[in-house]
Amino acid sequence: MLSPAILVPAVLNGLMTGAVYALIALGLTLIYGVLHIINFAHGALLTAAMFAAFYAYKVLGLDPYLAAVPLTVLFFGLGYALQRFVIGPASHGEDRNILLVTLGLAVLIENALLFTFRADTRTINLPYAFDVIEVGTAFLAVPRVIAFAVVIVMALALWLFMRWTDTGKAIRAVAKEKLGAELSGIDVNHIYAVTFGLGTMCVALAACLLIPTYYVNPTAGNAFVLIAFTIVVLGGMGSVAGALIAGLFVGVVESLSGLYLGESLGQIGIFVMFILVLLFCPSGLFGERA
Amino acid sequence: MRAFAPIAVAVGLLAAVPLITASNVVLNFLVVALLTALVGQGWNLLGGYGGQYSFGHAAFFGTGAYVTAILQVRYGVNAWLGFVIGIAAGAAVGTFIGALSFRSGLKGSYFALVTLAFAEVLRIIASVAPITGAGVGTLIKLDLRPEALQFQSRVPFYWIILGLVAVSLLIIRIIQDSRFGAYLVALRENEDAAKALGVNTTLVKLGAMTVSAAIAAAGGCFYAQYFLFLDAGIAYGPWISIEALLAPIVGGIGTVFGPLIGSLVIKTLGELTKLVAGDAPGLDLVIYGCVLILIVAFAPNGVAGLLLKARRCFAVLKSLRSEQPHG
Amino acid sequence: MVEALIRVDGVSKRFGGLLAVDNVSLSIQSGRITALIGPNGAGKTTLFAMISGFLTPSAGRIYHRGEEITGVPPYRLARRGIARTFQIVRPFAGLTVRENIAIGAHLSRRARADALDAATEIAHLVGLVEFLDKPAASLTVAARKRLELARALATGPTLLLLDEVLAGLNPTELAAMVPTIRAIADRGITILMIEHVMQAVMSLAQHVYVLAEGRILTEGSPQIVVGDARVIEAYLGQGAAARLAAAGAVNV
Repeated sequence: MLSPAILVPAVLNGLMTGAVYALIALGLTLIYGVLHIINFAHGALLTAAMFAAFYAYKVLGLDPYLAAVPLTVLFFGLGYALQRFVIGPASHGEDRNILLVTLGLAVLIENALLFTFRADTRTINLPYAFDVIEVGTAFLAVPRVIAFAVVIVMALALWLFMRWTDTGKAIRAVAKEKLGAELSGIDVNHIYAVTFGLGTMCVALAACLLIPTYYVNPTAGNAFVLIAFTIVVLGGMGSVAGALIAGLFVGVVESLSGLYLGESLGQIGIFVMFILVLLFCPSGLFGERA
Repeated sequence: MRAFAPIAVAVGLLAAVPLITASNVVLNFLVVALLTALVGQGWNLLGGYGGQYSFGHAAFFGTGAYVTAILQVRYGVNAWLGFVIGIAAGAAVGTFIGALSFRSGLKGSYFALVTLAFAEVLRIIASVAPITGAGVGTLIKLDLRPEALQFQSRVPFYWIILGLVAVSLLIIRIIQDSRFGAYLVALRENEDAAKALGVNTTLVKLGAMTVSAAIAAAGGCFYAQYFLFLDAGIAYGPWISIEALLAPIVGGIGTVFGPLIGSLVIKTLGELTKLVAGDAPGLDLVIYGCVLILIVAFAPNGVAGLLLKARRCFAVLKSLRSEQPHG
Repeated sequence: MVEALIRVDGVSKRFGGLLAVDNVSLSIQSGRITALIGPNGAGKTTLFAMISGFLTPSAGRIYHRGEEITGVPPYRLARRGIARTFQIVRPFAGLTVRENIAIGAHLSRRARADALDAATEIAHLVGLVEFLDKPAASLTVAARKRLELARALATGPTLLLLDEVLAGLNPTELAAMVPTIRAIADRGITILMIEHVMQAVMSLAQHVYVLAEGRILTEGSPQIVVGDARVIEAYLGQGAAARLAAAGAVNV
């Protein structure tokens, strides 16, 4: 059971899955790190993006990797608008209200999708979905390899953005010290909205990367998002590096436990890990104090 | 005794309904609304009075429902006894989750997250465990005898759920006027200040959570008896967690009658949407999501808050008018 | 030799790399008003937090009437008769003044009516009677400070820890608050106060500890401490004492 011929592909597959998990978690941790809110609507937004990618292919014939370009821009705008015009104003700045508003959004979006598209599960069939690349003893599916590469590139791009651009620096300033940033002339509401938009953008990109190999239905996003929450909590709320590393870790753990324990128990395992981390180590391995 | 007068009036009015109408539509609507109100009462104690927002009250509702059902179906336990045990089981789950969460100092979003996670874990377990019938669900055998807590007509069910709601109103009222209730509200307003004044906040929260879970579990037990069918998505699904918090928030968070008012409002809204747009799944929850956001944005104290504002406006207007010189 | 009401023995508190409190020992005598002064960041509030159970010392022990209370949580200390106010006031904003004070009164009274009655009496003591039915959120800063005081008093403490209760008050408010504090002390309640308002320290305190950079600099009667060159330098910088003496303006 422990032979490298089985382990290595499992680990590699875990890394590739984990990369996409990490991307979703990245969006979540970015939003938490800057706005200090837990975005309960993240899963619903992922589902919405998956539907968008699905219909971009079905109706417009757009390959998901191409659709990623307009969709990321679209969802950035959506995220920006949601924070700027809904979440921000509705919650009057109170934590308890933000909780409820993001929950309300989650319920709204998810059920709007349910109402519009019904509950059936859909998949798309790409001609190259089953192509494989051979790496040693492992046969890796092409879409997943592409996904892994894209996530790494995206993470790098985000890091560079945060480091070198003015907006990126403003975001980091607001995350560290909101009042000081405000006094320095930074438009905090705008930065909050930009950050939320970036988080939503990550989710849109992840949707495009997932759709070649995954199915979509109105609750698809939730499955990923609980995993994303686990990753964010493990890697530390607000830590980008933590989200990445923890994401890859969780992907591998899921792959290996799926190998030995089967799917349902694997799912419970992730939740249990999530609860345990929340209870005993909420600041995670890399993050700020809870 | 005066404190209980409003409760007596409200319950009395509701009790009169079956005497006025025999319409199954009305009765069924009210039974479902009262059921939501009951679970909302539970949520409101912990969330409204205590300020700890749970996103997973399904965990208690579903436990009450499943325990009642399984005890009857698999172990032949009497329905009434099963009901009581179901409430106890739900309360125990509440104490368990509360003990873990509060001792770890979880609050705010983290507490909401962990309750969400627990409810989800229970849902997944219920969807695969053989004892709950896994994907097929659990069916309570039709046995229309009072001893089996099943009735031919809806009216006895109505009395029972009304009775449960009445009890919950009394419990909340009594707590509100007690030291425990004062401590609960204090820790909601400022936990550190409460601690400095001698409040064992962890214990108070735990107490509130246990009672809250028991009330929600009672709702679950009733659901099982009324609808006679459960599956993981019904018992532990997000729908009940959302209704549990929506009713009190819409009606007036942290008030005795909030959940009842709110439940009537959202259930009426649900029925109206069905009238307008048909039975398509998901539409009612879409409306609920919108309502939640709108209430938080514009009327954070719910209907009760709006009524209070209206009363104050009215009083100000009256006093202004009485000051005007009479010509 | 009378056993000190509170004895702090070699207490330190470390936050990561920062040593906020460094091997502090002090003793609070019963029935006195003791003041804890020192420049900002000296560790006074951290020390308070440890005495009142909100923080656990990294090293050292704290004793109350000879029994160790290191690490005992705040609610248990309140039951032992140790009450505190907060530097940044924390009213129960959604409750009325009466309800706020009643929370403190509930410590020794179970019935709601009793606690509310006791709250009314306490309000007389601190001069909040006219605000009894107003929401706490509507109070001015000065009134909120009185509310902090009233709530803590309502628990029936033997030791009251006041954290900068005079901060942010204008001269009129100050003049009104100082006698209130003295009246509380006259009822036999021991007071330990962190204060920056020197005139209050001079007129109220019988014993003063000076904390600087986490360490006890000196202690003694207010007059002596305040004239101590090291204390002046801790507040005003190195060489300040000499400069002041040279300018002939030593009338702190």
